[in-house]
Amino acid sequence: MSKLETTYLGLALKNPLAASSSPLTDSVEGICALEDHGLAAVVLPSLFEEQLEAESAGLHADLERGSEGFAEATRFLPDLATYNLGPDRYLDLIRRARNRVAIPVIASLNGTTPGGWLEYARLIEQAGASALELNMYAIETDPERTGAEIEARQQDMVRLVRDAVTIPLSIKLSPFYSGLANMARGLDAAGADGLVLFNRFYQPDFDIVEREVVNALALSTPSELLPRLHWTAILSGRVGADLSITGGVHGAEDVVKCVMAGARLSFMASALLKHGAGYARSVLAQLDQWLDAHEYASVTEMCGCMGYTAVPDPAALERSNYMKVLGSYMAERETSV
Amino acid sequence: MDQKRAIVDGNEAVASVAYRLNEMIAIFPITPASPMGEWADQWMSEARPNLWGTVPEVIEMQSEGGAAGALHGALQAGALGTTFTASQGLLLMLPNMYKIAGELTAAVIHVAARAVATHALSIFGDHSDVMAARATGFALLASNSVQEASDFALIAQAASLESRVPFLHFVDGFRTSHEVMAIEPLSDDDLRAVIDMQAIARHRARALTPDRPVLRGTAQNPDVFFQSREAGNAFYSACPAIVQQTMDRFAARTGRHYRLFDYVGAPDAERVVVLMGSGAGAAEEAVEALQARGEKVGLVKVRLFRPFNAEALLAALPETVRAIAVLDRTKEPGSAGEPLYQDVVTAVMERFSAGRIAVLPRIVGGRYGLGSKEFTPAMVKACLDTLSAPAPRNHFTVGIVDDVTHTSLAVDRDFSTEAPGTVRALFYGLGSDGTVGANKNSIKIIGNRTGSHVQGYFVYDSKKAGSMTVSHLRFGPTPIRSTYLIGRANFIACHQFQFLDRLDILSAAEDGATVLLNAPHGPDQVWENLPRRVQETILRQKLRLFVIDAMAVARQTGVGRRINTIMQVCFFAISGVLPRDEAIGAIKHAIEETYGKRGTAAVQQNFAAVDQTLAGLHEVAPGSTAASAGEIRPPVPPAAPDFVRNVLGPQIAGLGDVLPVSAMPIDGTYPTGTSQWERRCIAPQIPVWDESLCIQCGKCVIVCPHSVIRAKLCDEAALADAPPGFKSMASKFPEVQGHGRYLLQVSPEDCTGCSLCVEICPAKSKSVAKHKALAMADIAPLLDQERANWDFFAALPELDRGALAHDTLRNTQMLEPLFEFSGACSGCGETPYIRLLTQLFGDRLLIANATGCSSIYGGNLPTTPYTVNAEGRGPAWSNSLFEDNAEFGLGMRLAVDQQRAYACELVRRLSPVIGADLAAALLAADETTEQGIEAQRGRVVELRRRLRDAGTPEAAVLRDLADMLVRKSVWLVGGDGWAYDIGAGGLDHVLASGRNVNVLVLDTEVYSNTGGQMSKATPRGAVAKFAMGGKRTGKKDLAMEAISYGSVYVAQIAMGGGDAHTLKAFLEAESYDGPSLLIAYSHCIAHGYDLSLGLAQQKAAVRSGYWPLLRYDPRLRDEGKNPFQLDSAKPSVPFHDYAYQEARYTMLIRSNPEAARDLLAQAECDIRQRWEVYAAEAAQPGRPAAAVETQQ
Repeated sequence: MSKLETTYLGLALKNPLAASSSPLTDSVEGICALEDHGLAAVVLPSLFEEQLEAESAGLHADLERGSEGFAEATRFLPDLATYNLGPDRYLDLIRRARNRVAIPVIASLNGTTPGGWLEYARLIEQAGASALELNMYAIETDPERTGAEIEARQQDMVRLVRDAVTIPLSIKLSPFYSGLANMARGLDAAGADGLVLFNRFYQPDFDIVEREVVNALALSTPSELLPRLHWTAILSGRVGADLSITGGVHGAEDVVKCVMAGARLSFMASALLKHGAGYARSVLAQLDQWLDAHEYASVTEMCGCMGYTAVPDPAALERSNYMKVLGSYMAERETSV
Repeated sequence: MDQKRAIVDGNEAVASVAYRLNEMIAIFPITPASPMGEWADQWMSEARPNLWGTVPEVIEMQSEGGAAGALHGALQAGALGTTFTASQGLLLMLPNMYKIAGELTAAVIHVAARAVATHALSIFGDHSDVMAARATGFALLASNSVQEASDFALIAQAASLESRVPFLHFVDGFRTSHEVMAIEPLSDDDLRAVIDMQAIARHRARALTPDRPVLRGTAQNPDVFFQSREAGNAFYSACPAIVQQTMDRFAARTGRHYRLFDYVGAPDAERVVVLMGSGAGAAEEAVEALQARGEKVGLVKVRLFRPFNAEALLAALPETVRAIAVLDRTKEPGSAGEPLYQDVVTAVMERFSAGRIAVLPRIVGGRYGLGSKEFTPAMVKACLDTLSAPAPRNHFTVGIVDDVTHTSLAVDRDFSTEAPGTVRALFYGLGSDGTVGANKNSIKIIGNRTGSHVQGYFVYDSKKAGSMTVSHLRFGPTPIRSTYLIGRANFIACHQFQFLDRLDILSAAEDGATVLLNAPHGPDQVWENLPRRVQETILRQKLRLFVIDAMAVARQTGVGRRINTIMQVCFFAISGVLPRDEAIGAIKHAIEETYGKRGTAAVQQNFAAVDQTLAGLHEVAPGSTAASAGEIRPPVPPAAPDFVRNVLGPQIAGLGDVLPVSAMPIDGTYPTGTSQWERRCIAPQIPVWDESLCIQCGKCVIVCPHSVIRAKLCDEAALADAPPGFKSMASKFPEVQGHGRYLLQVSPEDCTGCSLCVEICPAKSKSVAKHKALAMADIAPLLDQERANWDFFAALPELDRGALAHDTLRNTQMLEPLFEFSGACSGCGETPYIRLLTQLFGDRLLIANATGCSSIYGGNLPTTPYTVNAEGRGPAWSNSLFEDNAEFGLGMRLAVDQQRAYACELVRRLSPVIGADLAAALLAADETTEQGIEAQRGRVVELRRRLRDAGTPEAAVLRDLADMLVRKSVWLVGGDGWAYDIGAGGLDHVLASGRNVNVLVLDTEVYSNTGGQMSKATPRGAVAKFAMGGKRTGKKDLAMEAISYGSVYVAQIAMGGGDAHTLKAFLEAESYDGPSLLIAYSHCIAHGYDLSLGLAQQKAAVRSGYWPLLRYDPRLRDEGKNPFQLDSAKPSVPFHDYAYQEARYTMLIRSNPEAARDLLAQAECDIRQRWEVYAAEAAQPGRPAAAVETQQ
């Protein structure tokens, strides 16, 4: 057994570095390249039920606009034979990727209705996905809805999907739960095989001259890793589900930290987009060297060594740690002044 | 295609056969034949094979002339080829048709017969185009119905191959080409059974090939040309028999029997009508009805008009015939009679002269049905009736009232042949509500589920925004031959409640008919909200009334304003044509079938609408009396001029058919300024002005496609009598003295609700970002107030044109638009340019307008948007053709220049009479400014005054020509179909002429008017008709073509990407004393997105580098500067950020993602390369002034 090997969601992986969803995983060619460069698994871009619905409604509106209203032009665009709307293209990507690569291909799904979650989860399983990641991306803006309701609904959804499919199931979490640890445990109980920390949301920006909201998703920065490490460490050893980290993983040392926090797998996207898929090779080489240099026989040995149940002082992962940091900051400030 | 029954229209019926029987199809879009080409293109894109297992090549050409040329070449090289066309398109094919026929080449041209433009364009059906082709040597074969359209498409092809005579097979435009019927389609085996494969082999054997070389197309001398022309006679002699044999072979296969001339009616008929085309359906009904009354009448349906077979005609006529009325659907002014009449007369007379018939019947001719004029059984009866008169009227007209030359026959309007057992349903809808689509669907459901005979015919008005549609549906147990509109309906649905206020919707209702209303009122309130005449009709005729608030159901279920499926469910539920559950199941099946490929949302929304409909459908018990105060409002206000009230008003009200000949202008000349009276009130929402935020930038005024939002300045005193609530604000135009108030007003009844003004408005509230100086609001509570406001506003005087310089957008908002309230699409991207053109130069403007969208919204009756200012000046506008607009406009320029030159000469000659000072001032006038032009107008007034008493002939001429001394601006306006394709040669020539014409190309990148066919302006990667897989080649760079002359002012503009740039380009183009070309990016409904975002898309087009803004001004070169100016910044957003907002691009991602990716990459490459070329060109240094001088 290679020292880099690990398992995630019951899947045997050749190393703890995987490609999270990005344009690189949106084509078979891209996925093959990622495998060639050593990544242990790939997560496909999410299938958004809401987007499928919007595309369908939008196309329908666009094709019907102006039709049958004027004698010389009963329609303004040709109505093509097929549109590849719905999940077909996505399912085809799963099928073709699974035929081409040996590494696990993890599909990702974001539903909006119970029917949608279930239908698409089944289709994804039938298409041959190695596992399914439920992307719980939702911006809850309704002031009438309580956190408890939201959490209960999401756990119910996981339970429904769990009952509907047999492939491994991971949940991509939002960091914005008031009781994240409790929520994680609830999802665990609902049947999640893995938890992915954390989703990165589109963050609306403002154009202050035009006074408009501007949507953007910038590439992640290494600093985004810290809250993920923090929460992975807090959950490590306290939930049955496998943990993994996505967001802010930019180099070999980041992977080491993820593993130490308790993540079975680290997902990388921004660094690959920035440097190309080949960047994974150097990260894995450095990881290998790091293990050698620090005399780790395997990543398994290292996994969770800095987790909540493994650190000598769990308080370091709690609020007291914050107070210490603050104190040191104040001390530095006084010194510099 | 091996099915027993198909429900199709005539175009599809023809195309299905023609596609399978040919290898090469050359096409060019023209109404009403375009769908034939579109079907062929679609089947090619689906790789559907022809009869021999190959996929025909369907190629769009630059014109019908081009299509005919390509067809000729393909035939010469041995292919089986065809084309589809109509009207002017057929005329453009004539030269090639003579060649094809002269060379005895087997081929069929399928025509949806349409009126040829004369005093006016008409897209509608008659035989004037076909008759113009009768000397070409093509055989002419007429189909009278959708079934025959299918059958004769095959018979024509088979007979042509066998006879070597090429065929023109025609159906009546719209009446047959667009009529939906249940037919027995022809299977591939049917085609094989009728087509002689040996004849195909002979056709191929005659092909040009270097392996057996021959030469065709010689030039012949007087010694042999004539003999050669006669050498092919035998083929024409043999042709009719071959056609009959083919018909017989066809009958043996299908059971449908046809003859060259088919007779129906009494075997001992004394009076007979002869005609061809769809009118035969109405005629057959009339003859049957009259025969049933014991009248000895009959009908000859002409199938093969050329070669005309007199024997067959006479064989078809009963020997008892004593009088014949020959009806032509065409007009040949000055002729001895129309063509069919003349042929029948000749045939009968020849036989009589030869002693082969004993009694010479009386023969009269008449015209009917021009431009799709209704032709009913009552009119046929009128023709037969006149034959009973002692002196039957000859050269008559029927279907109109000719009170000038008194040609028309009186028609008994009560004569009806409608079958009692036939359901006759009328549906009044809006173009945007999907009524027609749902009805086409209903026909298929009924036809397929019940086996009934079905017929659907659809009438559209000529507006592109807020257009009304009327669907005429018949279905029943007996065959339907009623080739005319439903005059007596037993079901009437009104899908838009507001129609009740404008039209007498129930005028066609039979006693006891059922009425379905979509109303915003509940079942308890609807009665009191009906106009009184509607109430009276319901009570008098005991109509059943049903009501549903379809908009409410639509809102609940997310289908927007498309209430089609909701009303469809109501129709089935009420009519009981099918059991309810079966009907609903069938509707859902149809939804799934039609929309299923578009994804689940498209289907589910409509399913939800279906499911929620019946709960909202109610039968309403009529009130006891018709007590409503509501009246059907007059089509135009009483204040309108006489001509508008008496001639245009009836047309607006749908009563144009009753206007007599005397009401018509004799030469197609119409007054302008009439759209202001139509006031269609189609916008559900209109913009509301918040003057507290307004910055008076004028952007809303500049972008408004319908010129409904306007700005004015006035003084405080002028507002003394303003209606309460009239808004104004302090002017920010301090340079205009005595006009302290700024006004911005919307015409609520002319607004189409596109919201472009709101989108462009930059004035946002500082505290609530979404609040702008303009916001859309429901019209209902605003209408009365804003109507009063508009009337007050419109009456305020315009600002003097010289009060502000015209070089800023802000200032141009104050210039009166002389183009307003057109019928263009809501949110149209073309019309803002035209409005700006009329603001800047409208009072001295001549427009030559190419056929297309701009000629339709610019010149389609009933009303016209070009208008006049307070002095009575405004654009003079005319449309010649599609292909010749540049030449047409050049002709205008030459005429203006010539008349001006003559006027100047006369001024010089008459200088002693008019005074040397005035003469010199007139001749040396500086007209480069608004003040200069106004001063010259003043001199012309003075000139006329001084000439008043001069009694010489030259003085009289100068008085007439004096207006030509004021500078005129000649503009050639058209779309990309004209400028890039069909008119490209002419445009190129005119640009090269050096003459002072200005060309405005409204570039929508497709043939918009005919429904979005590809042009050479269509960009790479965009989907269009005839480019269903995405256009593979790049857009032609028309700007660089023109720039290559070095003497043409050229600008590429986009109002949304640079409004100031657009203005500057207009001013520079007009001021340039030479040819100018403005290529204007025009967003269009054919691009596939919500046009309220049109200006944002224009901006994105510019920012992405797809549409660089540029100007090329030859005058700069003369100043030693670089004439090429690249006015937009380097591309700053990816092309796909722009393109993938539009369905024309995104639908390719969904249908063929790999191709979409490839084409996107190529398109991006195009953009980069073009930008580099432009940037390099713009970076060129100007030439030193000395070098310029040397060259000069």
